[in-house]
Amino acid sequence: MSGMDWSPLLLSLRVASLATLLTAVVGIVGAYLLARTRFPGRGLVEAIASLPIVLPPTVLGYYLLVALGRGSPVGRAWEAVTGSPLVFTWQAAVIAATIASLPYCLRTATAAIRQVDHAYEEAARVAGLHGPALAVTVTLPLAGRGIIAGISLAFARALGDFGTTIMVAGNIPGRTQTMPIAVYDRVQAFDTATAGVLAAVLAAVAIVVLLLVRRLESSAL
Amino acid sequence: MTAADRPHDGAGTGPGERPPPGASTTSARVDVELTATYGTFHLDARFALAGGLTVLFGPSGAGKTRLLRLLAGLDTPEHGRISVDGRTLVDTGSPATPTVPVHERRIGLVPQVPALLPHRTALSNVALAARGHHRTERRAVAREWLARVDAEPFADRRPSQLSGGQQQRVALARALVGDPRLLLLDEPFSGLDLPVRRRLRQLVRDLVADTRVPTVFVTHDRDELAELSDRVLLAEDGHLHHVVHVEVALADLGGGQA
Repeated sequence: MSGMDWSPLLLSLRVASLATLLTAVVGIVGAYLLARTRFPGRGLVEAIASLPIVLPPTVLGYYLLVALGRGSPVGRAWEAVTGSPLVFTWQAAVIAATIASLPYCLRTATAAIRQVDHAYEEAARVAGLHGPALAVTVTLPLAGRGIIAGISLAFARALGDFGTTIMVAGNIPGRTQTMPIAVYDRVQAFDTATAGVLAAVLAAVAIVVLLLVRRLESSAL
Repeated sequence: MTAADRPHDGAGTGPGERPPPGASTTSARVDVELTATYGTFHLDARFALAGGLTVLFGPSGAGKTRLLRLLAGLDTPEHGRISVDGRTLVDTGSPATPTVPVHERRIGLVPQVPALLPHRTALSNVALAARGHHRTERRAVAREWLARVDAEPFADRRPSQLSGGQQQRVALARALVGDPRLLLLDEPFSGLDLPVRRRLRQLVRDLVADTRVPTVFVTHDRDELAELSDRVLLAEDGHLHHVVHVEVALADLGGGQA
């Protein structure tokens, strides 16, 4: 065990945490807008945001590779700022995990916000609240459990992503090799002992996260 | 006979007409003249109110809650205008007059279900509606109002730890803490025991007398009607035109003491 390379675990935690943070921000704001405002094309936005659930991860990864590649506007802009390409970096893995996990947070949070009784919001509006203050003070706390559930699902999805990440970030040991990819990599190299340890650690992290979420959920509201 | 064709009830108390019995002789503080349609239900309101308490009385489905929603700005009339204390809240006939949004109307509302935020304390619920730039200032005013409605002892409890009557006291403090120009109560005590209702009605009467805020208290309960005020706005099948004396309203029900 002393020769064990723990870099995939650290990388996975870093990628999944950052991706979950991004997903939470985009997911909560997006869910609020989808659930509580009307705008043209809302149904289309909702459908597109759900695409990562139904697309095969490698297909999603392929489109992301095209969208973030060196010839794409995003890829060129990244390269102009940082001096190096975006694809096949751990930052690309964060983007992949964010896109792959977003619909889980978005859909769960949207459903939770739609469940909030309008009576609370109406009473608060008459009392003088509006805009973001109304959302932060009234709507989001009342949808708290559903939002926490959505964020935890997103974290699990981000931590476990394989297909999308390997397409966009590759499998570079020490740089872009996350835990799920390392498990695959070790099995391919007939190193089942290491694969077993990595798999067990990944499973343990997932269980700990679920237990934490349960505690958070029971203390919310 | 309906209120619409009664000759003796001070009917048609639109703006500028003879004030109804029991009304203050000061000029009207609430002027309403509007129509609104909800599917097949048509609401038509035309009345003026002075300060103090008016009971909005009528059977279920007569348009009482609809009217409160229109006054609060939660719904928008098709045609007409609402003004409170000389400030026009909405006027569909005057495109130059902007409709005042709900959160700027300075209206106090006590809904049938208090809708206190379950994740906040009673004090915090009231402080949310308080005016003032600083949190400490808003909480101080909120605490004062909790004391005025005899709810100060449970300021730090959450709504789930309060009885129905205590919750409505907190909702009353929330409605009044922002110094409203108009107070609306929508059958606020209907789910409560009779002794609790009596005490809360008395509290409302005292608070309205103290603050002089124009108040519309919705009820379909004739006992409540008799106890609250001598001024009654009648709601009949979407028509809200007649401000009458309570005895006229009771007589119309067939059991008045007039």
